Amino acid sequence: METPSYNYAIVRSFIAWSILWGVVAVLVGVLISFQLVLPDLNLAPYLTYGRLRPLHTNAGIYGWGIGSFFALFFFMVQRLCRTPLWSSGLAKFQLYLFNATIIAAAVTLLLGYTTSKEYHELEWPVDIMVVILWVVFAINIIMTVVKRREEQMYISIWYMLAALVGVAVLYLVNAAEVPVSLFKSYSAYAGTNDANVQWWFGHNAVAMVLTAPPLAVFYYFLPKSTGVPIYSHRISIIAFWSLIFMYLWTGAHHLLWTPVPDWVQTLGMAFSVMLIAPSWGSVFNGYLSMNGQWHQMRENYLVKFLILGITFYGLQTLQGPSQAVRTFSAFIHYTEWVPGHVHMGAMGWVSMILFAAIYYLAPRLYGRELYSIPLANLHFWLVLIGQLIYSISMWIAGLQQAGMWHALNNDGSLTYTFMEVLVEMYPYWWIRAAGGVIYLAGVLVFIYNLVQTARSGKPAADAVAA
Amino acid sequence: MWEKKPVLFLLLATAAILVGTIITMVLPFAWVNTEGDRIATVTPYTPLQQAGRDVYIREGCNNCHTQTVRPLVADVLRYGEYSKSGEFVYDRPHLWGSRRTGPDLARLGGKYPDAWHYQHMAAPVSMIPKSNMPAYAFLKDNQLDPGYIRKCMDVLGFPYTEAEISALNGKTEMDAMVAYMQKLGTGIPKAAAAAVIGDLKNPFPKDATAIRAGEQLFAQNCAACHGEHGDGGIGPELEPESYQDAELFQMIYSGITDNGMPAFSALGSTKVWQLVNYVNYRKEH
Ligand code: HEC
Ligand code: HEC
Ligand code: HEM
Ligand code: HEM
Repeated sequence: METPSYNYAIVRSFIAWSILWGVVAVLVGVLISFQLVLPDLNLAPYLTYGRLRPLHTNAGIYGWGIGSFFALFFFMVQRLCRTPLWSSGLAKFQLYLFNATIIAAAVTLLLGYTTSKEYHELEWPVDIMVVILWVVFAINIIMTVVKRREEQMYISIWYMLAALVGVAVLYLVNAAEVPVSLFKSYSAYAGTNDANVQWWFGHNAVAMVLTAPPLAVFYYFLPKSTGVPIYSHRISIIAFWSLIFMYLWTGAHHLLWTPVPDWVQTLGMAFSVMLIAPSWGSVFNGYLSMNGQWHQMRENYLVKFLILGITFYGLQTLQGPSQAVRTFSAFIHYTEWVPGHVHMGAMGWVSMILFAAIYYLAPRLYGRELYSIPLANLHFWLVLIGQLIYSISMWIAGLQQAGMWHALNNDGSLTYTFMEVLVEMYPYWWIRAAGGVIYLAGVLVFIYNLVQTARSGKPAADAVAA
Repeated sequence: MWEKKPVLFLLLATAAILVGTIITMVLPFAWVNTEGDRIATVTPYTPLQQAGRDVYIREGCNNCHTQTVRPLVADVLRYGEYSKSGEFVYDRPHLWGSRRTGPDLARLGGKYPDAWHYQHMAAPVSMIPKSNMPAYAFLKDNQLDPGYIRKCMDVLGFPYTEAEISALNGKTEMDAMVAYMQKLGTGIPKAAAAAVIGDLKNPFPKDATAIRAGEQLFAQNCAACHGEHGDGGIGPELEPESYQDAELFQMIYSGITDNGMPAFSALGSTKVWQLVNYVNYRKEH
């Protein structure tokens, strides 16, 4: 049987660059967590917390997250369609444009060119680069799927295609703005409308970037790593369609108790709770696929990353809906609790899945066995512990902060001033920063392991390299 | 079937995401920012205020500060009257934010005198020693560009006069920021000062414990303006034994808000009485 000549070079390049941007994201994350305890670290105007925080989130979600998804989608789409990429030239162009965009994003954010909208901070010229990037990517993936040699589209392809459409719609609508100069524009929407559009976008950036793509990766790499297929095709179908249908209703759970119309908030809350079902559909599907295979948790480091990842996804999708309930939101909204939630998703779910996929690919991309499995295990423990320290310290901090903010005296006055609450946060912020350093160490071990694999790993068996 | 037809699949997926989009994102435009939302006293930003708002965006202040007060007891007590949709009709973009690393700023206008802001923006820890807000002293060094601000006003369609534009000459980004801070939340009339309940009788006159508690409270809430020992700064010097207890209570509890002395009713009357005892009966060092 002839094997088509898959383009792995492009996968390799995207992975290298996404890891670089990932390190930037984590480094800046560590820096801003120290700035919150040592404000003197706001060294210069372009290094103040207010400008660095968006750089952190953009480098994390777009540099590390999307960069890796570019690589993994290109890998999966070729394998699942049993056909080479539609256009290698276009993919190469996309690689250059991707790096140019991330660099432009980093520079403009540091210079203070920002729209202020969370996860959509980039000003209009960089926005245009992002749009071209996405169109080029979408065409390549869709055309490869169209000319595939495998009749059935596997589950991962569904999530990939949904993400392509979803991101396009979200990004374009939220980008509507009127330019004043090359680096300044005003949103086309005002006030409450602007907020509602923004969080329709914001929450679905979570759906279409931090949920659907990692699920595509999970559905592909779990069976590949364990050698056992996904438990139920039917669950996959139901979970997929209900997930992409329901997500779009929930944006207003970021706006509970604000002037956004009540019925929009109520819909957001209701659909958030219903989202537990499709989210856990995938979690169960993953767990049940492990039937009789749980021993692999001990023996196979890839499975460890993947199962921990899907477990954090499961926890994330229980915690998220509870935060979307008005009464609980009244308590934890705006507090330290929320970064705890965010980073369980970002550092636990998304990054764990990406680490597993990249380890799985390493022998196929470099033609060499992974340099060291003990180091991969060390990496696993460092990032797991770092992330748990981060999230747990922030949850406790958030509950204490919320409790103090809401505490009332008998005469109906507030018990604590704002500053009395803030000073209580310092110990937690120190702990979080320490967790960040541990996580960073884990990432550095990961990179060392990959570099050594590429340079001096044992040549891989042909079967793997093919 | 759809599992084998990519184009059909793409159409179905698009339809699936458009339903929720149309209902929860497009439809609300029919209710929001319409006549029903309008508040007559809410006005657009002046050129100076809008310039300040743009600096606020550039510096990413929204990463630490929210600008919406929720209709919750603690929110209203801490920050003031809850936010109404009509207050934001000139906000492009909105700056509601998602984190309160620092306090909400939705009702900041008029809370402090300008002088407070100039000093605080330049060096927050000089007034609030444990603050982790970055220092923005560099805003004083950046001159405004009137021509550019005129362009901004035109794009936004806000009214302005030539006098307002030429008045921008020589103004700095710091001036603009302070003007913006003073505008925040002033679109609706200030809630009347909290009424004092019960008769104003000092419950622990000259009590040493109360004075000590008051000293703590003074350091946290008043020293930034009245100096560490009450010897004056942004606010006047506070001489012991120079006020009636009841009159002093009233000034602290309800503030002298027109002249830059904030109201401290949120502290509750017990703490205000402790302050009264400290201010009136402390031994001067
Ligand atoms: C790292 C987070 C952070 C950033 C960024 C930040 N602040 Fe703050 N801000 C705080 C904290 C914490 C406080 C409370 C302590 C204090 O008053 O310094 C505060 C207080 C304030 C206050 C006083 C509010 C009140 O009611 O007492 C104002 C006004 C203010 N900030 C304006 C700004 C502006 C304008 C910017 C952007 C140029 C900004 N802040 C950026 C954290 C931040
Ligand atoms: C933002 C700055 C600021 C803060 C904080 C502040 N004050 Fe004042 N205070 C002022 C200003 C300004 C005046 C002068 C008002 C006037 O001219 O009528 C004033 C006036 C006063 C007066 C009347 C003085 C007089 O002789 O007329 C008293 C008493 C007073 N403040 C007490 C306090 C106490 C107690 C606190 C802390 C709970 C406090 N202030 C916090 C700014 C402040
Ligand atoms: C069923 C699924 C989920 C629901 C219902 C949900 C719900 C929520 C809610 C209500 C908030 C707002 C918290 C607040 O500010 O009060 C939030 C914040 C957030 N969530 Fe989730 N979540 C879910 C899954 C996820 C996943 C899988 C991720 C992946 C990383 C994620 C990432 C985020 C991020 C980044 C924010 C912060 C947004 C911001 O304020 O800037 N969430 N989520
Ligand atoms: C060592 C690792 C990391 C550290 C120390 C770190 C630190 C931080 C800090 C201090 C904040 C600001 C929280 C606040 O508002 O108080 C933040 C926000 C955020 N980070 Fe990270 N981070 C890390 C890794 C990541 C990664 C890998 C991602 C994405 C893939 C990510 C995504 C985000 C997002 C989306 C937010 C915004 C959260 C919100 O709005 O509530 N972070 N991070």
